[in-house]
Amino acid sequence: MRNAFGRRRRGRLSAILLSALLLATGCAGAGAIGAGGQTLVIAIVANPQMNDAIALSDQFERDHPGIELKFVSLPENQARAKITASTATQGGEFDVVMISNYETPQWADNGWLENLQPYIDSTEGYDADDFIPSIRESLSDDGDMYAVPFYGESSFVAYRKDLFQQAGLTMPQNPTWEQIAGFAEQLDDPANGVAGICLRGKPGWGESLAPFSTVVNTFGARYFDEDWNAQLTSPEFKEAANFYVNLVREHGQTGASSAGFTECGTRYGQGEAAMWYDATVMAGTNEDPASSTVAGKSGYVSAPVNKTDASGWLYTWSLALPKVTENKDAAWEFMRWMTDKQFVQTVGEEFGWNRVPPGVRQSTYEIDEYTEAAKAYAQPTLDGIREANQDNTMTEPVPYPGIQFVGIPEFQDLGTRISQQLSAAIAGQKTVDEALEQAQEYAETVGQAYRETQ
Amino acid sequence: MTTTEVAPAPAGRGAEQPAPRRHASPWKRRAPLLPALIFTIAVTQIPFLVTVFYSFQSWNLVRPGSQYFVGFQNYIDVFADSTFRTAMLNTVVLTVVCVFVSMVLGLGLALLLDRKFTGRSVVRTLIITPFLILPAAGALLWKTAMFDPVHGLLNFVFGTDIDWLSAYPLGSVMTQVIWQWTPFMTLLILAGLQAQSKEVLEAAQVDGAGRWRTFASITLPQLSRYLQLAALLGAIYIVNSFDAIYLMTQGGPGTASTNLPFYIYQRAFEGFDVGQSSAMGVIVVILTLIVATFTLRLMFRTFDVSGGVK
Amino acid sequence: MRLGRISLTAFTWLVAILFVFPVIWMVLTSFKTEADAYTDPPKLFFTPTLEQFAGVFERGFLPYLANSGFVTLISTLAVLLLAIPASYALSISPVKGTSNVLGFFLSTKMLPIVAAIIPLYVISQNLQLLDNVWALIILYTAMNLPLAIWMMRSFFLEVPKEMIEAARVDGAKLPTLLYRVVLPVVAPGIAATALICVIFSWTEFFYAVNLSAARAGTVPVFLSGFITSEGLYWAQLSAAALLASLPVMIIGWIAQNHLVRGLSMGAVK
Repeated sequence: MRNAFGRRRRGRLSAILLSALLLATGCAGAGAIGAGGQTLVIAIVANPQMNDAIALSDQFERDHPGIELKFVSLPENQARAKITASTATQGGEFDVVMISNYETPQWADNGWLENLQPYIDSTEGYDADDFIPSIRESLSDDGDMYAVPFYGESSFVAYRKDLFQQAGLTMPQNPTWEQIAGFAEQLDDPANGVAGICLRGKPGWGESLAPFSTVVNTFGARYFDEDWNAQLTSPEFKEAANFYVNLVREHGQTGASSAGFTECGTRYGQGEAAMWYDATVMAGTNEDPASSTVAGKSGYVSAPVNKTDASGWLYTWSLALPKVTENKDAAWEFMRWMTDKQFVQTVGEEFGWNRVPPGVRQSTYEIDEYTEAAKAYAQPTLDGIREANQDNTMTEPVPYPGIQFVGIPEFQDLGTRISQQLSAAIAGQKTVDEALEQAQEYAETVGQAYRETQ
Repeated sequence: MTTTEVAPAPAGRGAEQPAPRRHASPWKRRAPLLPALIFTIAVTQIPFLVTVFYSFQSWNLVRPGSQYFVGFQNYIDVFADSTFRTAMLNTVVLTVVCVFVSMVLGLGLALLLDRKFTGRSVVRTLIITPFLILPAAGALLWKTAMFDPVHGLLNFVFGTDIDWLSAYPLGSVMTQVIWQWTPFMTLLILAGLQAQSKEVLEAAQVDGAGRWRTFASITLPQLSRYLQLAALLGAIYIVNSFDAIYLMTQGGPGTASTNLPFYIYQRAFEGFDVGQSSAMGVIVVILTLIVATFTLRLMFRTFDVSGGVK
Repeated sequence: MRLGRISLTAFTWLVAILFVFPVIWMVLTSFKTEADAYTDPPKLFFTPTLEQFAGVFERGFLPYLANSGFVTLISTLAVLLLAIPASYALSISPVKGTSNVLGFFLSTKMLPIVAAIIPLYVISQNLQLLDNVWALIILYTAMNLPLAIWMMRSFFLEVPKEMIEAARVDGAKLPTLLYRVVLPVVAPGIAATALICVIFSWTEFFYAVNLSAARAGTVPVFLSGFITSEGLYWAQLSAAALLASLPVMIIGWIAQNHLVRGLSMGAVK
């Protein structure tokens, strides 16, 4: 009796286990496809231009039989977390990583990245001299490039010409922040779902802190003085922070504290904002009818200023080769493909010229189709990138490199925490002063470490 | 509930210290236990000891050569950090509210299910489904289809115009977690309801006790073990909630929905401050152990584990 | 009275459907085009399409599914292999300090997993286990082991003492004892435990997202690629979420009696 009972139960148990086994082996069988040949794992940031590159990647695989590409494509914060952890511990999960001009010089110094100069020099027709000089320099260490740029950007303002005309307003070529705040107030139209301006509020040093830091700079404030004393509670810093927070709270987009580059892009593209201060690369997306309902309605002017002549940032998403990568030659083949002149042509022809990765190759700006499609923003982009250096965008000397970031390793942590405080202030959970006092404490700890080692 | 009925063993087993020459040696009895024990110690304790070691170091992962001993400095910095306190408070709120609400809902659903009616097994299947959905899928589903300010179903149903994830970040995350865990609670409590003897219930009804009286004085006391187990298991998993926050709010806006697991993750993998994030980990472990010791002691009293065999 | 019963049944159905509605909505959305998924008011009737499912597989879903299946299966087997003898030692032939050992196992379950993530990352890297399914298998085994021991111990306590004694008198050795006498009684308990392990391994997110990437990524890692809010992606997300959950959903539905039993045993003993 007992036994019969037990056997019946056991039968059902084995049925369950068996079905689980079948399921798993079935899957494993499918997963074995493509096991042969070389596989490159590429960690990449999920911005529109990169997504286009992923979409085109079967062309690369077709031309390079034997190389299979796998992309790990994540939003900026998550991508950065994975890429930095992997590179810093020499984890080797990724064969090619997408990083910026913040990481490149530091990581090159640490010996984590392969020097790309030999690869560049031995690749015929790659033409590294075609890169815009300031971009190339930002990725170089002792004259050798350690990353190759995919796209480059400064920051500027997009505004809706139609809305400005309706309201009888004129946007100057070089606006001040006072003027921008005035326009935002007049154009803010919650009833019709149009915000005066879209500004990033999402935490992350590469998110809200980028535009915010340019405001800090042009208001004459700085994160650290020359002796690494944190300056986040200085009157200038407070003025800048209050200005930014009040502007976005009063006339900014809804859900501002969680809106980053992509979110603002979607809003502006859907006609939900009259102005948008952000990376110059946004223009391509704004002008692409496939992703934007306001294509052709925007004008572009330089980054707004207060006490300086310019205030745009300098940034580039670029591809680097970790030292621990095994298939370096195959990896370089891919990097070359994605940053080549030919790639620009391919994107232009396949997806349209507004979707070309901008701000990197001077030759791009000599392509007739491109200058025609990008006439609203090509020149402001180039001007912005050219003027983006500390002399033009800051009033006071600082002990660190970088415009919209503090070029020290600790800034990933510090910047993220400061940006959280900023977001809390934007969400109205804290006053600006409270947020800055907490942020000052964080910064002081970092500054102290540098004061001691000096 | 007696503790005397121990499995028969060779003579002299009553003594406390094991004598070395005994043939049914304690080691032989322990042998089946050892693989699991050693494995668990190796996988869970060694990394934790390394964490303790790191917590006394100043070390930024992205600054090679920056590792040096700082004593308790990391702990001092952590306690001075207002965000850490916010995260701690959020963790407590999240755990307590989610466990409590999902248990109340679970009790309600279990009572509804504990009777015969048309399609009962279908209804039970429906109700356990949220537990079987990947939490990651559930979180993304709620973030988009439910909470989205423009196209979300919640605003459509209530006729509102609210950006839920910004206006009520913690509440939104908790809603998703409760939705995910209610089925689990329902199943456990349902098992408890079905285990109670029908005779007692019928006798109570014959005695003229009202439904509410029967529930309060007979059903609830019988359920208490099931409720405790549900609370304990729920708390263990919910206190570690990460997916929902990572996928829905990223701890924001600001740090409004940051709980300790997410904050430590952020400091470790976005800030790379190994020292401070390790110190936070150690603090969390100590706090958890204090709470856990009390709960475990309580549990063991109710479940009477000490005797080994019931 | 009858009316009351009917209305209570109707109420139960209503509650159940409301409760599961997000899932129903997910299933509906997964058969929509992206344009249909973003309408205001939301659409209940539309022309179904399989385009989203095709899109999910095009995004390279299969390897993730294979990894999840492999990790889940192996770690569940490993849990059973370790937990069965351990629960035996803690129930039928209890060692001294049983409650301490049990307490230790359970307390590891309460350690916040996040506290040890950096050492785990560094250790996996040193052992060449980063982005490797075996790292996840080891961790999932450790993660499920305490609960499994706790559950199985209560099943083992159900084995009648007389049967074991009788077998011992007949001179049965431990493996025979386990196989012939104990196993038949505890088999349903083992199935229930395995089921719980399968569910928790399949759905685990934190280790997966931090310790794996392209090669060892499991299904939840695939889903985390959908966090961005650029463009229209809901319908495809719903299809991916449905496909990712389906295996566990089906197993859970089929074996729901085991699930109830397994969970409640922990409470009884």
